[in-house]
Amino acid sequence: MTDDLVEELLTGKHRALARVITKIENRQPGYREIVSRLHEHTGTADVIGITGSPGAGKSTLVDKMAATYRERGLTVGVIAIDPSSPFTGGAVLGDRIRMGSNVGDMDVFFRSMSARGSLGGLSTATTDAVKALDAFGKDKVIIETVGAGQNEIDIVKMADTVAVLVPPGSGDDVQMLKAGILEIADVFAVNKADLTGADRTVQELREMIQYRQGDVSVDAGHHGPGAGMEDLDKPGEDADGWLPPIVETVANRDEGVDEFLEALADHREYIVSAGRLAERERTRHREEIRTLLREDMSELLEEEIDHRGGLDRYVERVRERETDPYAVSDELLGPLAECVRRTREE
Amino acid sequence: MGADQEQRTVRCLVAKVGLDGHDRGAHVISRAFRDAGFEVIYSGLHRAPEEIVQATVQEDVDVLGISILSGAHDTLVPKIIDGLEEYDASGDTLVLVGGIIPDEDEEQLKELGVAEVFGPGAPMQEMIDFVRENVPDRR
Ligand code: B12
Ligand SMILES: Nc1nc2c(ncn2[C@@H]2O[C@H](COP(=O)(O)OP(=O)(O)OP(=O)(O)O)[C@@H](O)[C@H]2O)c(=O)[nH]1
Ligand SMILES: [Mg+2]
Repeated sequence: MTDDLVEELLTGKHRALARVITKIENRQPGYREIVSRLHEHTGTADVIGITGSPGAGKSTLVDKMAATYRERGLTVGVIAIDPSSPFTGGAVLGDRIRMGSNVGDMDVFFRSMSARGSLGGLSTATTDAVKALDAFGKDKVIIETVGAGQNEIDIVKMADTVAVLVPPGSGDDVQMLKAGILEIADVFAVNKADLTGADRTVQELREMIQYRQGDVSVDAGHHGPGAGMEDLDKPGEDADGWLPPIVETVANRDEGVDEFLEALADHREYIVSAGRLAERERTRHREEIRTLLREDMSELLEEEIDHRGGLDRYVERVRERETDPYAVSDELLGPLAECVRRTREE
Repeated sequence: MGADQEQRTVRCLVAKVGLDGHDRGAHVISRAFRDAGFEVIYSGLHRAPEEIVQATVQEDVDVLGISILSGAHDTLVPKIIDGLEEYDASGDTLVLVGGIIPDEDEEQLKELGVAEVFGPGAPMQEMIDFVRENVPDRR
């Protein structure tokens, strides 16, 4: 069954691709074997992360990006992540509503995913779903996620190129950027550039980037806002070799999308030529393995805890001061550690 | 939470197709399904049948709920079901139709493969229970 499914996916059957992603999301029996088998077929897709505050226009832009890539003869996969409602586990996934430009075009494969109450698992599921799209042969894989919180940042970080959307307006957005999103942006898009205040937002972003990069132009004399911007609109050289360009877009009117894709392509070129892509891949696989190890390990532990009749009896004994958390941890982990050490010596 | 712990959630597409602009029912159903713990993808208004097919296949939903109050169900629903067949997706997708469907058309829709039809006033709990009981087992 899983054999057929992998083969069907590799021969380009959309239904099989969709079903593989479902198995990944559900962690259905056999999904690990599927992802293992897909791995050797991956590595050709260009993975792009799109993040930004709620309502920034991410889905609208992704729709236009997909349409533009299609015009260029490229195939596209999209994973759109929406946070789930914490009480019931249910969710309304609203990103697909904006997918109006690719009607009936199966070569734009769009998939909505929710957090299902466990953000940790979501990052593994997203990584694996991206692999499925990559193995299927998608040229471009786009991950859309709201940039709220560390977990979502971790998800989008695994992309080769990360674009952060900043709509004009509240200084709150800029504050949010300071709290961790600025660091992961390879490209900025000031979307909704048709709204008043777009210039100001561009300006604020420029200042922030200059501040962060330890602005060279300050030493070289004051340029005034206009002159300094020139450099920053293009990928310029600095200590890191890359300055995030700022592109203005009006996603719902399909304006600035070519320029935006140009900036993404420039970044792609930069990481490939500077050997940074390999470095990013190494980091990504390292993270992937560590995350998996953590998850598998905690599962093994859960199994052991269940076997011993659940954690509650330990909790009660800790409360009664008959034992303490460290002792419980030792008691549960001890046999495992011993077993591992014994096999290692053999 | 281990990597192998299964997390199965019912996925539904709530679809508005054709020129029909009545979207209250679709919104009400989307919210009710969400509150029942389902994952709901709402298509938005004025979708073409091919778009609904594309979404059903790609999102791999367990349930496709088509909401039609315009009277065009007799042409739109068959188009969607044909499209699903093209992608081998009709067999294990539970297809529901809601909205204004005359009694005499109900049988015809069911012959096409629609599992159930829900009209105005259909109790929410009944629809949720129907989904829970009839969601395809894809193991
Ligand atoms: C409100 C309304 C409108 C509003 C719609 C506002 C909106 N954004 O939705 C407005 C004023 C815009 C409107 C316009 C029109 N309307 Co009107 N409208 C109604 C009315 C009075 C109520 C519909 C409604 O919202 N009900 C409340 C919701 C919650 O109920 P519901 O949609 O039926 O959904 C329930 C079930 O059907 C089911 N369900 C629905 N979808 C789904 C999906 C799934 C998956 C499931 C499981 C269940 C399910 O569950 C829901 C909860 O119980 C009905 C008459 C009626 N009593 O039904 C006419 C009615 C639907 N309209 C009608 C008509 C003709 C029109 C117009 C063409 C009128 C005109 N000549 O201008 C226009 C067309 C607009 C367009 N572009 O489509 C006719 C349709 C006749 C037909 N199909 O043969 C009706 C039946 C009135 C009549 N008796 O003639 N309308
Ligand atoms: N004025 C203007 N509106 C836009 C632009 N881009 C998108 N919008 C509108 O902004 C609203 C939100 O757009 P989405 O694409 O859903 O935004 P999003 O960032 O994906 O939203 P979430 O996924 O909910 O966080 C929609 O009404 C769009 O039509 C733009 O460039 N200018
Ligand atoms: Mg969105």
